[in-house]
Amino acid sequence: MKFGVVVFPGSNCDRDMQDALQNDLGKEVIMLWHKDEDISMFSTDDCIVLPGGFSYGDYLRCGAIARFSPMMQSVIDFANKGGKVLGVCNGFQILCESHLLPGVLLQNGHQQFACKNVFIKADNSQALKIPIAHGDGRYYAGEKVLDELETNNQILFRYCNELGVVDMKYNPNGAVRNIAGIRNKQGNVFGMMPHPERATSKLLNNMDGKKIFEILGLN
Amino acid sequence: MEITVKTAEELRLTAEEFELIQQKLGRTPNFTELCAFSGMWSEHCSYKNSIKWLKTLPRNGGRMLVAAGEENAGLMDMGNGFGVVFKIESHNHPSAIEPFQGAATGVGGIQRDIFTMGARPIASLNSLRFGNLNDVKTRWLLAGVVHGIGHYGNCFGVPTVGGEIYFEDCYHTNPLVNAMSVGIMEAKKMISATAKGVGNPIFFVGSATGKDGIGGASFASANITEESTEDLPAVQVGDPFQEKKLLEACLELAETDTIIGMQDMGAAGIICSTAEMSAKGGVGMRIDLDKVPTRQKNMKAWELLLSESQERMLICVQKGKEAIVLKIFEKWDLPCSEIGEVTDDGILHFYMNGELEAAIPAEELVLGGGAPQYTREYTEPKYLSLIADFKMLDVEDIVNEVELKNTAEKIIQIPNIASKRWVTVQYDSMVGAANTSTNSPSDASVVLAKGTGKALAITTDCNSRYVFADPQKGAMMAVAEAARNIVCSGAEPIGVTNCLNFGNPYNPEVYYQFVKAVTGMGEACKKFNTPVTGGNVSFYNQHPEGAVYPTPTIGMVGILDDFENRMTLDFKEAGDVIVLIGAQQNDIGSSEYLHKIKGVEYSTAPYFNLDEEYQMQQFVSSIIKQKLIQSAHDISEGGLIVTLLEKGFNRDLGFDITADTTGYRKDAFWFGEAQGRVVVTVKKQDTKNLIAKLTDAAINYTVLGTVTALAVTVNNHNWGTITEWKEKYDTAIEKIINKQNEPIIHN
Repeated sequence: MKFGVVVFPGSNCDRDMQDALQNDLGKEVIMLWHKDEDISMFSTDDCIVLPGGFSYGDYLRCGAIARFSPMMQSVIDFANKGGKVLGVCNGFQILCESHLLPGVLLQNGHQQFACKNVFIKADNSQALKIPIAHGDGRYYAGEKVLDELETNNQILFRYCNELGVVDMKYNPNGAVRNIAGIRNKQGNVFGMMPHPERATSKLLNNMDGKKIFEILGLN
Repeated sequence: MEITVKTAEELRLTAEEFELIQQKLGRTPNFTELCAFSGMWSEHCSYKNSIKWLKTLPRNGGRMLVAAGEENAGLMDMGNGFGVVFKIESHNHPSAIEPFQGAATGVGGIQRDIFTMGARPIASLNSLRFGNLNDVKTRWLLAGVVHGIGHYGNCFGVPTVGGEIYFEDCYHTNPLVNAMSVGIMEAKKMISATAKGVGNPIFFVGSATGKDGIGGASFASANITEESTEDLPAVQVGDPFQEKKLLEACLELAETDTIIGMQDMGAAGIICSTAEMSAKGGVGMRIDLDKVPTRQKNMKAWELLLSESQERMLICVQKGKEAIVLKIFEKWDLPCSEIGEVTDDGILHFYMNGELEAAIPAEELVLGGGAPQYTREYTEPKYLSLIADFKMLDVEDIVNEVELKNTAEKIIQIPNIASKRWVTVQYDSMVGAANTSTNSPSDASVVLAKGTGKALAITTDCNSRYVFADPQKGAMMAVAEAARNIVCSGAEPIGVTNCLNFGNPYNPEVYYQFVKAVTGMGEACKKFNTPVTGGNVSFYNQHPEGAVYPTPTIGMVGILDDFENRMTLDFKEAGDVIVLIGAQQNDIGSSEYLHKIKGVEYSTAPYFNLDEEYQMQQFVSSIIKQKLIQSAHDISEGGLIVTLLEKGFNRDLGFDITADTTGYRKDAFWFGEAQGRVVVTVKKQDTKNLIAKLTDAAINYTVLGTVTALAVTVNNHNWGTITEWKEKYDTAIEKIINKQNEPIIHN
C-alpha cells in the first residue's frame, strides 16, 4: 500500500505525515500538490491522506475552501471508487465539508485552541495517548445521523481517560458522544481530530500513533 | 510644505539630528526624506543609544558563522555542514495597545528573520511579562497576547516549545512580549541581507502594502502614555496564512541560484530593507514606488516607505533569472513585482510615477554608517541604597512545621511559579513532530533537528527582580540560569540571543541599569563560551510612574550531539536517592517567598558566584555523560521545595526528605533562591559513586532523601500526596482567571 499526502498551501502537518509514514512505518509516500489533479498512480488499495494545518488559511469555515480545490475533486472521485482516504484534523474538517463523511466540526466548546496529549480508544482497543491541536474539533451531527453511525459501527475513536473510561470529563472539545474519529459507511474514508503522526517515534517517547494506523488497517 | 526643525521634532527626531541630516545631505530634506531618517534613526532601527555598549559583548568566536548583527539573525555551526539560525525580538509597544495583533505580528516578524536567511524555523519560544494577574487589565492583555501568539504560530506551523511568563506590578502599563525563533539549514546556503551587482533587479514579494504600521519603529521608541492609543495605526495586522506561503516560497527560492540577497520588511518597512541591503553591498538602488502592490489607493511616497505591513520581503535577483522567481511566487499565489534595480552610486532614488520623491545616500541612514551613536550619562539609581539596607535578620523566619507546609502551599500557587498550562495549551507545541519535551520534560526544551542527526536544547531566561536588585549580577544570573537549563537537559550551550528591555535611556538611572546589565551579561557569556549572536534592544518600556524592572532576556541554544545524553527533570522510580548539587545558603534575597509572601520590595540579589556556577555545571554535564544520574532539575523561583515538587509531578512520585537542616534558616533552606544548585536523582547503588565524584571535584552537596511512590514527607511530617500538590499547582492560574471571567475548563 502506498500513500499520497495532499499539500494545500496552508498545510503544516504534511511533512510530519510524510515523515511518520516513510520513516516510522516504512511506507512509500508521494506528495500531491493541491493545484494538480492527477492521481492515476494510485489504485484503490492505496491511501490518500489529507493532513492537518490551515489549508487555505481557514478564515472562512475550516476546510470550506479546500473542498473546491482541483486535487480534492480527484480525491472525491477516488473515494467514491472505493479508494482509501484518511483526513487528520484539518483533513477531517475537509472530509466533512466535502460530504465524504457526515457531520461537522464546530469550534471547541471552551472556545479556545487546545494542544495536548489526550486518550482515545476504538471499541475493542485499550486507551491510546495521541496529541490533539485544534480550535474547531467539536464533532457534531443530528441524533439520527449519530444513531446511524453507532448502528453501522462507524465511530472509530472516542475520547477517554488513560484507563479507557469514556466520559464527557475526558472530552477536550465538547464533541457529541465523545467522538474523536469516524469512518464512512463503506469503510474506506476515515476522519479523526487527534494526530497519530505525532506519536510514531521512539525519540518522542510515544508510539501509540502506530497502533492507530493498525486499527485503521493502514499499517 | 516647508520643512523645519518643528517638522523633524514631530517625527520624533531631535533638533541636533535635524541639523546632522542637513549637513549630510548638504541641503534641507523634503518631507519624504525626513520620514526616511525618522524611521531609520529611530532607536528601534539605529540602536543609537545602545550600540556602544553592545559592542562590549562577546560577539564572535565559538561556533559563530556570521558576526553579531551582520545578518537578519545569528548563525552557528551545528557540525556536519548544518547551521542553527536563531534570534529573539521584542514586540512590547504594539502589544501594550493591541495585545492580539501586537503579539501575533511579533511572532510573524521573528519567523521572517529566520527564513530570510534560508533556514526553516523549527521552534518558537516566548518570554512574557505582565502586571498583577488579579487586575482585569492584565487578564485582558494576557488573553489577547496568548491568543495572538497562538493564532499566528499555530497557523504558521512552527511549534511553541517554551518560554517564560512572569507577573509583576511594574509591567502593568508596559507588558513585555519577546518572541524567539530557531531554525536549521545547510550552513553554506545562507542567504545574506545584501544587494549588489549593478543592474540586478529588485523584487518586492509577499503581501500588498497598506497604511498599517506606519511609524511603528518610532512609535516603539517612545514612552507609553494616555495618548498612545491614538497611535493605533502604528500597530500592524498579521496574516499567518500569507506568511506560511511566503516561507515555503522563499525556501523553494533558496534552493535555486537566483538570489543575490534577501531581507524581510519589518520595522521601517521598505526604507529599512532598501537602505540596509544597499549599504551592506556598497551600492544604491533605483526604486519605482508606484510598482509596489498596495491595498489602499493613493498612498503617498512616505507612507509606502514607512509602512510596516507584514509578510513582505525584498529580494535582489540575478539579472536574467527573473522568470524563475516569478514562477515560484506564482505557484504559491503571492504577489511578486520587480520594483527597481541596483545602481552604482550608493544613493537610494525613490520615484513615484516618474517623479523623484527622495534621494538619500544609503550609508547615511544605517547603523554603522551615518546614523548617530550616543554616549549617554548614567548614575547609580537611588533605590539601590534601599536594597543595600536590606537585613535578612529583620525578616522573621518560619517558626514551625505547620507554617512551613502552609507557606509551601502558598508558594506553589504564586502565578510566577504555578503551572502555565492555561497559556501553553493554547499553543501548538507539537507540530513538526520534533518536540521531545512533551513526553519527556526537561529544564530546556529539546527539539529534534530532523535531517541533522542532532537535537537542540532551547531556553529563554531572565529573573528581572534579580536584575533590579543588582543589574550586573542579575544579568549574569540570567545567562547562568539559561546555561544551567541546557546543561540539565544533557546539551552543550553554544550561543545567546538577547532581548534587552529597559525604560527610557535618557534617564541616567535607567541607563545605569542598562550599562551594568550589558557588562554582567558579557562577563557571563565569556565564561560559558556562549557568544551573543544578535538580538534586540527595547527602550522606553516606561510610563509616567516609572520604568519596568530591567529585563535583559536571554535566549540560549544548546546542542545535543548524541541523543543518548538527553537528560530529563522528573523522578523516575521510588527508592532513587535525591541529591542536591551545589551549596545551600542562608539566603532569601529577592526570592518569590520574600517578595510575594513577606511583601519585601527591596532586597539583595540571591547568592551567586560565577566560577562556582560554571564548575557545578561542568560537573553535572560530566555525570550525565557518564549515565550516572536519573534526573536533573535546577533550583530557581520558589526554591528547593518547588524543584522537588516539580520533579514529582510528571510520574506522580513523591519524596521523603530527611536531610539535616541545622544551621540554616528554614525559609532559606526551602524557599531561598541562591543560584548554582541542581537537584539530581541517582539509583541507590550508584549513590556512593556519585558522592565520591562530588568529593573529588570539591563540589558541595547534600543528600536530601529518597523518591517515594506517592507520599510527600518532610522531616517526618506528612505533607499529603504528590497528586494533591499537583492539583494546586496546575489549577492556581486558572482559578484566578476564572474567578471573574466565564469559566474555561480544559480537562
